[in-house]
Amino acid sequence: MKARHKRIALILGALAALGLIAAFVLNALNDNLAFFYSPTDVKDGKAPQNKVFRIGGLVQNGTLTRQPDGVTMAFVVTDTIHDIPVRYKGILPDLFQEGKGVVAQGKLGEDGIFTANEVLAKHDENYMPPEAAQALEKAHQAGSGDAGAKTVIPAGGTEPAAAPRK
Amino acid sequence: MYWNSFSDFIAMGGYGLYVWGSFGVTALVMILEPWIVARQRRTTEQRLARQLRAEAKMEQQP
Amino acid sequence: MSSIHWFKYSAPSTFYPLAGKLIPWFWALFAGFALAGLWLGLLVAPTDFQQGEGYRIIFVHVGASWMSMFIYLVMAFWAGLGLAFNTRLSGMMAQALAPTGALFAFISLWTGALWGKPMWGAWWVWDARLTSELILLFLYMGFIALTHAIDDTRRADKAGAILALVGVVNVPIIYFSVKWWNTLHQGASVSLTKAPAMASIMLWGMLLCALAMWMYSIAVALMRVRVIILERERHTDWVKELLSSR
Repeated sequence: MKARHKRIALILGALAALGLIAAFVLNALNDNLAFFYSPTDVKDGKAPQNKVFRIGGLVQNGTLTRQPDGVTMAFVVTDTIHDIPVRYKGILPDLFQEGKGVVAQGKLGEDGIFTANEVLAKHDENYMPPEAAQALEKAHQAGSGDAGAKTVIPAGGTEPAAAPRK
Repeated sequence: MYWNSFSDFIAMGGYGLYVWGSFGVTALVMILEPWIVARQRRTTEQRLARQLRAEAKMEQQP
Repeated sequence: MSSIHWFKYSAPSTFYPLAGKLIPWFWALFAGFALAGLWLGLLVAPTDFQQGEGYRIIFVHVGASWMSMFIYLVMAFWAGLGLAFNTRLSGMMAQALAPTGALFAFISLWTGALWGKPMWGAWWVWDARLTSELILLFLYMGFIALTHAIDDTRRADKAGAILALVGVVNVPIIYFSVKWWNTLHQGASVSLTKAPAMASIMLWGMLLCALAMWMYSIAVALMRVRVIILERERHTDWVKELLSSR
């Protein structure tokens, strides 16, 4: 009897584990496994309508402003083809910067403005000392056309990337 | 050496809690796991040796 | 290596003392790589242009993540070998690797959370990379639970092998998730197809730390497989001899 109980418990446990895994996978597949949609996806109507979703792209240079109310931040998310203006009330993450990657969760209004309730910074896979980043940036601006220099800063990046941070 | 002072090293530019939280838990796991396996080995050896002695005794006294 | 040697060492009675001899060497290699890696990563490597000192989590995070995936592949390989050829040692090897793999998956998720909070702004997100790594941890735990719940070791090994082999599909999903889908997690800094996107000191520190974890995994897995061999072979003459000589 004991062995049979054990087997039953085992099968139930395995089924529960498989069910849990399947639920995660289906949940992920349901969202098409995309964590965010690009502004082009949104313009193409690929993003869910009247539902909370995430947009991702770069914070367009020179668009980050504080609204007159003093707490709402405004910026434009771009994939360099299309732009979406975003409004967000809250604390921006450390790595949030103009010209850098961002993922914002919220709803797209009728007016085409995306009201975010969460903003996450998306950084790239490059790691280097600030001096190297500065040198790269200089080479980039000089238009040396060095194919080896990876574009850490998207085209049009203005500020030296090595802003001292606290 | 990259650091100017020991306190700079600990502070990690304000990320101390995150950096040391990562290294600390990793170190803890990598100390505990071999310790537990070594202890398992000792207790397993002792238990099996005891069983063996008990079996030997049983055979001696039918 | 002749096939005779191969089969000789796949016998538990010869593998047990061999493993015992190898363990101290792997611990020594671990200590060397760990000291070098931590020295480079924590004391020598410069700060990062984006993440400041926070990026130093990379020195434990990447190695642990690699090991969590690699150990799963090795575990599934042994499990599959046992399923195909019914070799005794294979199931024990798979058993010995699972807890270490699970711990590395846990370390990967833990350090990832501590890295994500200050940099991204969230401890956790359900993106494809993070979700598939969590599934990897569940697969390890499922394997351990399943094999421990069945008393008959042969059947336990078989059931575990099937679970391990089915779960293999998750490993490429973890690895390529950042390529296949939009994820919050960034792409690979180091891969076989392109030049590393890291300054060389940082890269060396990371690789040495990963090598240290590799040596650690081998040492701990060998320690554990010895315990499993003792337990499973307790009725054989060589184990009885070994125990009585103590």
